[in-house]
Amino acid sequence: MSAMKAKHQRLILVLISMAALIGAGLLAIWGLRGNASYFYVPADIAANPPAADRAVRLGGMVEAGSLKTAPDGVTIHFVVGDGKARVPVIYRNIVPDLFKEGSGVVAEGKLGHDGTFVADNLLAKHDEKYVPREMKDMTEDQACKTVEAVK
Amino acid sequence: MQDCGSGQVIAEFGLAALWLAAALAVLQLIAGGVALSRRGDALGAVVRPVAIVQGVLALAAFAALVAVFISTDLSVKLVAANSHSAKPLLYKIAGAWGNHEGSMLLWVTIMGLAGGFVAAVERRLPERTMMATLAGQAFVSIGFYVFLLFASNPFTRLAEPAAEGQGLNPLLQDPGLAFHPPTLYVGYVGLSIAFSFAIGALITREVSPAFARAMRPWVLGAWIFLTLGITAGSYWAYYELGWGGWWFWDPVENASLMPWLAATALLHSCGVLAARNALRAWTLMLGVVAFSMSMIGTFLVRSGILTSVHAFAVDPRRGTFILVLLAIYIGGALMLFALRAGSISEGERFAVTSRESGLVFNNVMLSGTLGIVLIGTLYPLLAEAMGMKVSVGPPYFNPFTALFVVPMLLVLMVGPLLRWRLDNFGRVRSGLIIPALILVLSIGIAIVMAPGKMLSIIGLALAPALAFASLLPLRGRRLSRVKLPLWGMVLAHFGVAVSLFGMACDSAFTVEKLVAVRPGEAVRVGPWQVTMKSITPIAGPNWTALEGDLQASYNGTAPSLLRPQSRSFWTPPQQTNESALLTRWNGQLYTVLGDEAADGRWQLRLWWKPFVTMIWLGGVLIALGGLLAMLGHVASDVRRVIARSKIAFRRERQGR
Amino acid sequence: MSAAPKIPERAAIRTSRWALWLPLALFAGFIVLVLIGLLRPASHDVASQFVGKPLPEFSLRAAADNRPGLARANMIGGKPRLLNVFASWCAPCAAEAPQLAQLAAAGVEIDGVAIRDHKPELAAFLARYGNPYTRIGADDVSAVQMAIGSSGAPETFIIDAQGVIRYQHIGEIRTEHVPMLLARLQEAGK
Repeated sequence: MSAMKAKHQRLILVLISMAALIGAGLLAIWGLRGNASYFYVPADIAANPPAADRAVRLGGMVEAGSLKTAPDGVTIHFVVGDGKARVPVIYRNIVPDLFKEGSGVVAEGKLGHDGTFVADNLLAKHDEKYVPREMKDMTEDQACKTVEAVK
Repeated sequence: MQDCGSGQVIAEFGLAALWLAAALAVLQLIAGGVALSRRGDALGAVVRPVAIVQGVLALAAFAALVAVFISTDLSVKLVAANSHSAKPLLYKIAGAWGNHEGSMLLWVTIMGLAGGFVAAVERRLPERTMMATLAGQAFVSIGFYVFLLFASNPFTRLAEPAAEGQGLNPLLQDPGLAFHPPTLYVGYVGLSIAFSFAIGALITREVSPAFARAMRPWVLGAWIFLTLGITAGSYWAYYELGWGGWWFWDPVENASLMPWLAATALLHSCGVLAARNALRAWTLMLGVVAFSMSMIGTFLVRSGILTSVHAFAVDPRRGTFILVLLAIYIGGALMLFALRAGSISEGERFAVTSRESGLVFNNVMLSGTLGIVLIGTLYPLLAEAMGMKVSVGPPYFNPFTALFVVPMLLVLMVGPLLRWRLDNFGRVRSGLIIPALILVLSIGIAIVMAPGKMLSIIGLALAPALAFASLLPLRGRRLSRVKLPLWGMVLAHFGVAVSLFGMACDSAFTVEKLVAVRPGEAVRVGPWQVTMKSITPIAGPNWTALEGDLQASYNGTAPSLLRPQSRSFWTPPQQTNESALLTRWNGQLYTVLGDEAADGRWQLRLWWKPFVTMIWLGGVLIALGGLLAMLGHVASDVRRVIARSKIAFRRERQGR
Repeated sequence: MSAAPKIPERAAIRTSRWALWLPLALFAGFIVLVLIGLLRPASHDVASQFVGKPLPEFSLRAAADNRPGLARANMIGGKPRLLNVFASWCAPCAAEAPQLAQLAAAGVEIDGVAIRDHKPELAAFLARYGNPYTRIGADDVSAVQMAIGSSGAPETFIIDAQGVIRYQHIGEIRTEHVPMLLARLQEAGK
């Protein structure tokens, strides 16, 4: 047993590492199919709503006049539209400072059973934070954060 | 406008130094290549001095850029776009590398200096391998010089000097962040040495324990900086973003994690090669992969293909340029590997139960983790090619990396106890009884304390057992005689346990409160009672802020003061939330001030995060362990060199 | 165990050789993937649903003293023109100013919509970066911006002679975009 092992040790090592790496690759692809969060615009949600417990991102414009703050002072309701469909959103958190009515937003969260989108995170889109190539004075790290903010 | 003259000279001097350095890199490549052939020995003597001078010139160019930023020479485009005369000096300096061009210059500077340093001190390798290594280093440098000089020249001038700079993004005005990128860069680029070593060895086919011993300190050095950089970056994101999280699986974070994973694997396989002359081809491949990951990570971030079009507009020219460099270097190195590695003879053999096997397992699991992170990072790109828009976050990364990390940590408890080549598991079994007991016990406790949180339970159970097991290699040894590298290993593994404990506690026990309160009102979060005293406006050099005065009392003890701010900057206009933290030995209170709600109430977000600081403490311990190991290896190498030269000297005298 | 079939030596070597090429193959896959990513027109944005639709009815007061305000009626007839959504507080809008000037010099009529802007700041902006606009309307509540499906600044729309939106350019206009915009303007004029 050990003699044979010794003879083919290199082959066995190669096979083990390849098996592990291919395993990792397959596992990753399988995991990604179930866990990647897809990007929707309101029209997509209207046409083909995602499963209720699935994490997705919703992008669109915050409709003017739709923003309301609940009596607890921290929960907000607003409507995201894209000119074709409208999706009500509820969000309980401190809003990003670029979040305004009439500006673009990407909300990360899940679509509730009642058709209201429950956002865990809001990413306000560009405007002041929008930095062009010529002026991007950022390091990768900073970019990371800004990207978090404008993605 | 009077200082225009001197500024002029500095920028042009920097550009000249950069061109000269690039020319020397070409010379270094040619001379090194010729030295590899039979007749080229005469040219070989040139290579080392040229490498050193090239490093010095690159440093001079970088110093010139810093000088231009300090004097805020607004006729330089980069300064006008990224600096502002009213900025504090520290951030003027940091502004030099806080942009694309400057950071690429920093990249070639570190690369040149590292190459020069190797040329100056490395005497352990066969001269042929050394020539091939330095030629390889020059080859890689040339690409980045070309990229700098032709596609992102940091010294470009404006036809008309700008009236005022465009300011610096206020998010960058933070001392931690100012020095974070250079730290990471030293790590990234330090791995280029391992890359060049691997290329040199592939060309000359000289892979030996001596080669691994020569490469190890460089890998360790780069790895220490990477570890510190990632730790610091994580802490920066934690306190600066005000989101309470410490790792977001953002492409940029992944870009720093991937080289670290590869470097960690390389470090361990280097140990096998140095001690046992096994895993020869594998180590070379990891040497190539580690720096490739640095380059790929930087490319993914720089080219902007993984980020929004608005944050970092994809610049097809620049992106394509780096991609071509990547294709040449990584593709070339992997091609060389495929052609040559087959002829590198197989290393020493080992049994299934042996230290080598443990390290092979470690390497395979680290590579698996790397694969998971890499695929997850690239997946949005793949999906986009198929017409879908997706983002990938913690729901994927957390469980799937754990699938590889958890088995690795389990083996980590046993591996360091095993002997090289062949061991008997029965020998170490008795030592493992206590860690096993701790593991079982803490699983029980964790299930009770954090029911239902699978990953937290695993982390809480593993951490104490691992902490104990990591000390076991010291058992039965006289501590005063334990060598530094062993101390380093024990400390680093202990650091892993500490960090894991922090992560698990944070995810299991964090208490979060989001409220709107009037001044005078109190909120309870975990063991804390937080009272909002008042809100006051204050002003800084280039911002104004609203500052909340919070009084926090832990279980009724004397209250401490916290001052979270909501800051508004004016160049460029931007708002940031400055969190305020209160650290106790057993955790941190984290406070963020939000907006004013309609009726005079203020939004407050509070977290109590038990033992969260352990995450970064563990990171520092890991880096410290690396430092001890590096010092130990370097010291023993130096001792060996001295002893050898003494013997040679004696022989010479006796011979006469 | 001795009865186990022996793996032929040569097969072992062949497998190892084959495995050595695997990293290179994986890397080649990466390059292909990235090339696709680089070459695709990368717009991750909420594209306007209004391309191909006529401009909505609007009328904005003048945002600057030396240029008239902007209404839908001003944008109909004549040659195709550009509608540029911008603001003085928007850094990239300054970056695209030379390109706008270039377009204006090429004879393109450019109308501006200034988003949530103030007169003095806008005047300073125009004084510093140039004023390529024929008319500038003040859109204080982003009403027009919303109505034409723009989600940020700067964005530039091509409007044909019938007042139909023909193209939306998201982000600042860079030097390399100028010929493309000119070509599209010409196409819109046919």
